[in-house]
Amino acid sequence: MRKHFARKYLREEVLPSTFCPGCFNGIVINAFLKAVEELNADMRKVVFVSGIGCSSWIPSPHIKADSIHTLHGRAIAVATGVKIARPDLNVVVISGDGDLASIGGNHLIHAARRNMDLLVIMVNNLVYGMTRGQASPTTPLGLRTATTPYGNFELPMDICRILEQTNANYVARWCISNFFKLKDSIKEAFFMRGFRFIEVYAPCITYVVRYEGKTPGEKIRELFSVCMPKETADERKAIPIGVFKREDKPGYVEMYSEYRRSIS
Amino acid sequence: MRRLMTGNEAVAEGALLAGCNFYSGYPITPSSEIMHIMAAELPKRGGNFIQAEDELAAINIAVGASIAGAIAMTATSGPGFSLMQEGIGYAIMTEVPVVIVNVMRVGPSTGQATKPAQGDLMQARWGRHGDQALVVYAPSSPQEALYITHKAFETAELLRTPVVVLTDEFIAHGREVVEYYDLKPVRRRIQEKPEPPFGSEDPTRVPPLPPLGEGFNVMFTGSTHDEWGYRDVHRQEVHFKLVKRIWDKIWMNSKSLFLYEKQGDDDAEVTFVCYGSVSRSVKGAIAVLRSKGIRAKLLRLITLWPIDWEVLEREIEGRVFVPEMSLGQLSFDVEKFAKVEKINKVGGGIPIYPSDIVKAVVEVMR
Repeated sequence: MRKHFARKYLREEVLPSTFCPGCFNGIVINAFLKAVEELNADMRKVVFVSGIGCSSWIPSPHIKADSIHTLHGRAIAVATGVKIARPDLNVVVISGDGDLASIGGNHLIHAARRNMDLLVIMVNNLVYGMTRGQASPTTPLGLRTATTPYGNFELPMDICRILEQTNANYVARWCISNFFKLKDSIKEAFFMRGFRFIEVYAPCITYVVRYEGKTPGEKIRELFSVCMPKETADERKAIPIGVFKREDKPGYVEMYSEYRRSIS
Repeated sequence: MRRLMTGNEAVAEGALLAGCNFYSGYPITPSSEIMHIMAAELPKRGGNFIQAEDELAAINIAVGASIAGAIAMTATSGPGFSLMQEGIGYAIMTEVPVVIVNVMRVGPSTGQATKPAQGDLMQARWGRHGDQALVVYAPSSPQEALYITHKAFETAELLRTPVVVLTDEFIAHGREVVEYYDLKPVRRRIQEKPEPPFGSEDPTRVPPLPPLGEGFNVMFTGSTHDEWGYRDVHRQEVHFKLVKRIWDKIWMNSKSLFLYEKQGDDDAEVTFVCYGSVSRSVKGAIAVLRSKGIRAKLLRLITLWPIDWEVLEREIEGRVFVPEMSLGQLSFDVEKFAKVEKINKVGGGIPIYPSDIVKAVVEVMR
């Protein structure tokens, strides 16, 4: 029997994964590895950096490559240090909405401001999954979670719309239901320079459902149905999907080496 | 080389002589001059300097750079040092060399931002959650700040650990002639073939760091991990082995890590135990006491952690005084061996004067 293409990229000794049955993180891994496969990219030159949370476990320990599993919120800071010290490596951050947008929000914005040469994939599962389903900065209005038992009354943030206003070179959002768009987007951003940010809208199969009194199928379908192409979406009701920004400005690494050349 | 330097300048020079090629930091008084020098020097020398968005980023960027092979440091002061604690804990757990200079100022909180203090001793030793150990040095002059900063980089590389250098505002902004010769850059030890990066048969030694980008499939994690870096967040024996080894590599080397200065009279009636800039007042006080017929000695700790307890036990004699620019932290160590007379003064940028020390001693000895 032929092995699945992805298995050569995985640490088979850690399989099966510890993700919940039905978790979308597996699809994120699949999309990432398919992009790598199609690009024929050298995984020895990729360093994964992740924070704390379910999606931070996508690279560490699953993907067979160099990986740095950092403190909660600090993935982008550590990745920044790695990239500056080793500009020849492709530094990829895979983490969640709680890790990148909440506790690590400052680093996210400043890495985007610097147009730091990082590929950041934010798996937005709408809650804190690993700590059992508390509300996060991206939890939709009204959703019942462990910390919003009567429905979330705080307004969520749209990270893509925030990062669009920074110096980031690439900002995109895809729903996990649209695998090929996601895979193609990772392929497109993989070798770009500067700060590349891809949000994957992938609701937590366990905890966006648990407090809602609905079946996973019902709730996930309801959450998927609000995703609309950004060109036509009514943003008061829908989550716009697509590429928000695509530029090719020199990133931090090039600008710093230019600066260094200019003074020596 | 012979130059007039402040303590902050000496720290930066010591770091550059040690081969530091990566600085990330966040501005804070009274440490900022270290950052200014690194901002000017590192880009010229092919190194990297980044002004981080906050101290959380500063320490974590430095740790990331060190993992990627850089000889990295950061410098800060009290409030920033507090913010860095989690990142220092991460560097301890992942065994990543990094040097953190804390120019101590009056706290807690924002305190008196421009005034010297010695209130961060316990935070330097114990600021992280969990069982952990690292190395803390405390120079007492610009001259020593240069050598000790250089030494901090050597120790960080040797034991793959964060090393804290505690100075204070008196040293940082005091200006003295500094002489230095023959300081060599440190060498980063890198694995040539994959071997367990987080295990060692010899508890006093640490294997080299693995390289990134060479197909070693390195795994760093701040979670409990086995010798290859695989996370294991359940088994007691895996956790115990890891934290015990990290503890042992510091404490089993305590004899060689423990630096101290001894000065004054043998057969002393009075022993002063102190560290940092305060020791300079003590030296003045010893001379005055001698003229009053009181034999006194100084035991100045240069390494504040780990401690060679035998030295304290051996050297302490007579009545014991511990002068500190805090309400008393080092005194807890000395109390293990003797009844301690504390001499404490902090705030306002007023040093503990030799006359303060003489007065305290004369009152007790009378």
